[in-house]
Amino acid sequence: MAPGYYTPALMKPAPFDYHQARSVSEAVAHLGEYGYEAKVLAGGQSLVPAMNFRLARPAVLVDINPLDELDYLDEDGDTLRIGAMVRHVTFEQPVTKGPTGRLLAMAAHHVGHLPIRIRGTFGGSLAHADPAAEWCVIALLLDAELSTRSLSGGRDIPAAGFFQTVFTTALEPEELLVEARLPKLSQHTRVGFQQFSRRAGDFALTMAAVALESDDGRVGNARIALGGVSDRPLRAPEAEQALEGQVATEESFRAAAEIAALEIDAIGDIHGSADYRRDLVRALTRRALEQAIAA
Amino acid sequence: MIPWIGQPLPRFEDPPLLTGEGRFVADLTGDASFLRFVRSPVAHGRIVSIEAHEGITAFTGADLREVRPIRPLLHRPDFHPIEQPVLASGKVRFVGEAVAVVVAGTPEEAEDAAEQVFVDIEPEDRVISAPDALRPGAPAVHDHLEGNVVVDARFETERVDEVFAGAAAVVEFDLRSRRQNALPLEARGSVASYDPRSGRTTLTASVQSPHVVRTVLADLLGMPESDLRVVVPDVGGAFGQKFCLAPEDVVTAWVARRLRTTVSWVEDRRENLMSSFHSRDHHYRVRGAFDADARLLAVDADLLCNIGAYSCYPVTCGVEPLMALAEFPGPYDFGAYRVRSRGVTTNTCPMAPYRGVSRPVITLAMERLMDLAAVRFGIEPAEIRRRNLVSEFPYTSATGLVYDEGSYVESLDRAVEVIGLEDFRERQLSARSEGRYLGVGFSVFSERTGYGTSAFAARSMDVTPGYETVDLAMDPSGNVEARLGASPHGQGLETTLAQLIGDELGVAPARVRIVHGDTDRTPYGWGTFASRSLVIAGGAARLASGRLAAKLAGIAAAELEAAPEDIVIRAGRATVAGTDAGIEVAELARLAYHSSHRLAAGMDPGLTATATYDPDGTFSNACHAAMVEVDPETGGVRVDRFVVVEDAGRLINPMIVDGQLHGGVTQGIAGALYEEIRYDEEGNILTTSLMDFLPPTLAEVPTFEVHHLETISEATITGAKGLGEGGTIGAPAAVINAVADALRPFGVEITEMPATPSRLRRLVSESERIPA
Repeated sequence: MAPGYYTPALMKPAPFDYHQARSVSEAVAHLGEYGYEAKVLAGGQSLVPAMNFRLARPAVLVDINPLDELDYLDEDGDTLRIGAMVRHVTFEQPVTKGPTGRLLAMAAHHVGHLPIRIRGTFGGSLAHADPAAEWCVIALLLDAELSTRSLSGGRDIPAAGFFQTVFTTALEPEELLVEARLPKLSQHTRVGFQQFSRRAGDFALTMAAVALESDDGRVGNARIALGGVSDRPLRAPEAEQALEGQVATEESFRAAAEIAALEIDAIGDIHGSADYRRDLVRALTRRALEQAIAA
Repeated sequence: MIPWIGQPLPRFEDPPLLTGEGRFVADLTGDASFLRFVRSPVAHGRIVSIEAHEGITAFTGADLREVRPIRPLLHRPDFHPIEQPVLASGKVRFVGEAVAVVVAGTPEEAEDAAEQVFVDIEPEDRVISAPDALRPGAPAVHDHLEGNVVVDARFETERVDEVFAGAAAVVEFDLRSRRQNALPLEARGSVASYDPRSGRTTLTASVQSPHVVRTVLADLLGMPESDLRVVVPDVGGAFGQKFCLAPEDVVTAWVARRLRTTVSWVEDRRENLMSSFHSRDHHYRVRGAFDADARLLAVDADLLCNIGAYSCYPVTCGVEPLMALAEFPGPYDFGAYRVRSRGVTTNTCPMAPYRGVSRPVITLAMERLMDLAAVRFGIEPAEIRRRNLVSEFPYTSATGLVYDEGSYVESLDRAVEVIGLEDFRERQLSARSEGRYLGVGFSVFSERTGYGTSAFAARSMDVTPGYETVDLAMDPSGNVEARLGASPHGQGLETTLAQLIGDELGVAPARVRIVHGDTDRTPYGWGTFASRSLVIAGGAARLASGRLAAKLAGIAAAELEAAPEDIVIRAGRATVAGTDAGIEVAELARLAYHSSHRLAAGMDPGLTATATYDPDGTFSNACHAAMVEVDPETGGVRVDRFVVVEDAGRLINPMIVDGQLHGGVTQGIAGALYEEIRYDEEGNILTTSLMDFLPPTLAEVPTFEVHHLETISEATITGAKGLGEGGTIGAPAAVINAVADALRPFGVEITEMPATPSRLRRLVSESERIPA
């Protein structure tokens, strides 16, 4: 058996070839070779179930779990650098002082169940791009920048342009997501995170993440990101704009939440209609704002 | 611990299960080849061709032509039989119906091979919901069956219209219960092994009634029953889904015989959600007439049950509509009753009984009726129930069912006391002023259990279940073996029957081995379903032990030179009452086999006894009370507290009773708030994973508070009543009533379960649009 190559054992998914990458460059080489036929296996918490249902049928899996070089957290001035292989559970305790670490911890507790958090990865979640994934919403809220590597080099993609539609990102088939860079929130930023799911640990029907400043009782730098409502995570720019300079009151929050509910392009599924999603946006956005200001 | 009856003895079943020593079908495949079923992706259509890729071993309906179709029967004029081929032949009638089967060396290869079978189906118009199936011109699911109605039963007492015309108040509402899957942790499966030496085939299967499965297999395959053995190993939950015949089990047995080998079928979760039995897809229209004192005078109900594409064997698809018709009145005393109950076939997965069968829905209907009337009359829900509950026994219901002694009012009063209703109403009011919505809901119900042949015969079933037999033997060492036709699979019967037998024979339960789940080792019986086994198999065990005890007493009397009626058997010893003279039971056992020359003239050697018990049935009863908080902005419901006041007669093992209630109530909460099988308009099933079909987890259910009343009736010889289904029957109504109570300020009417967040939110938002 060639090193790094594993004879496919019998298993529930449709047959596939498996490569265990020993370095980022080796992973990138595999992706360059197989392109669309390949899928990257990180934590596997979404990919493997999809393969077991035979909904996902990649011909080749490139396993990047051995890549310790992608398992890091670095603070680089005002930027938090997160290696793609950092597991969700890492964020349950704040990884950085201040609101950014607090917000990540708030969101982390909503990611699946503990076994999922132990295995699943930050980068895997972004690359999978489930519209109801917490990290996608956080990345959008914080205007994260996402770095890729490929045989032809690499590039940086802003979160706003990264998430395209359900399970679809700006990543090219030969690109590997290697790092997310989160510009840290100012120390006096207040944050809130609210979500509603059918059961504990389920993907949220809707979630709202907010960040705002209100040093003098007036709102500044308001940000609102929403998940689970559309085919991708969304910002609510009109609602953010409406909050700007407003006194932080129940009324102004209510008004902003109303704007958010109306401005988003909501999608329904078997767990709730588009109208219901809008109702959730209205409630959760207001609650997240209240949570932020109360903290 | 004497008597053993009433002791919370730890279950004998648990140590192996908890230490990984349990053996389920998938543990017993040995060197079997594996089957994988190729299933229809089309809801309704004509099969044009089925072609397997070269080198794949596949069988289709054409290969199984010799196998008779499943044809469950009721002998009544309002029932129209429909047939199901074990593999679709000619037509497919639901998405997920098995159209072919492949054989391969491993389950994984079989799954790969199944993808290499190409099925060409010409789609036809399909019909998915019961109301649609009734519309004129609706597609016929079965060609010969006009209007898609399989059973159309009516019942009417005298004076119904007259009573409605004279009523002080008429309460009228629609109710819909969405489709569920019983969701056993272990899905279905079997191993079939052909033995060329004996010519026999052994089916090791995860089922609830091994003898019935053997009979129907022999019937369908056209072979002597003696050439078949059915074995049931550990079963990881069944809840009714494994009571009715799985067509796949027939195919598995057929392939084993055809290939003269061992083959196995182990269903995966997606198949289970798509193709195993569903339940409780009902539409009701209910009217109730009340007098000025809020006394219920009459009920008029139109009940529609979607039975799916085929009828289930042996109980038939009449099981839901006919139970709903007969048991709809529940615990309430009223005389005038009119009902029409229909079972309608559609292009969806077939129905089978699921824990509680129709009763979770009919209980919800009666309990909504009570709550709606209470609001109309401006009285407490508890008060209107008190005025209407049955309180004198025996009570004969409008449909002629006879209720033995129960504690309907007492269970309600106890529940009211336990939850502190008055305090709750105060808390509810003050919470409302803070924008929080709390609610309490009650559910009082009767649970018909332990019913034998007479009850099933009243349904005119072609296959009429009912009795149970126990073969009992004490071996020369004084240990006891009881062989049952019942087939426990989680109910703890190995423990409770040992307690019953132990008391009767004066031996410790640990010395009583219960043998079940093997047609070669057990007397013919009907298996375990319908909250019957402790009552019926327990009654048979009691009778058989009584006979065996009489023989022991006879032997002891001869040895001790006393009269048999003076012998007392207790704690392993037979003594002459009022004296110290005695002899060990074990010594008597040895004597019965090894010194039979000392037995009285005419007495046979050995210690065996057989008894059959076949009671008419007994009604247990309970009151459930749920306390919830509803978030009107999200529609989310949290169940804060759940109280059960249960009366199941004499408790043989209270711990097992509590366990039954915990599991049952959880499944009831599942039905009330979470679980729902969904189809799209094309008949594609949308809920084929546990991300979409949502059983509640520990995080979604509260700690249960169980209280017991023990009303002993003459209806059973042990004093025990069944309660296996009660948790599931009562909980939905308690939860839905609590949600309705919480949302009362919004003036909304809950007409559907599960009451999902999106449905509740829609109700609230619609009410918000109407200016108060």
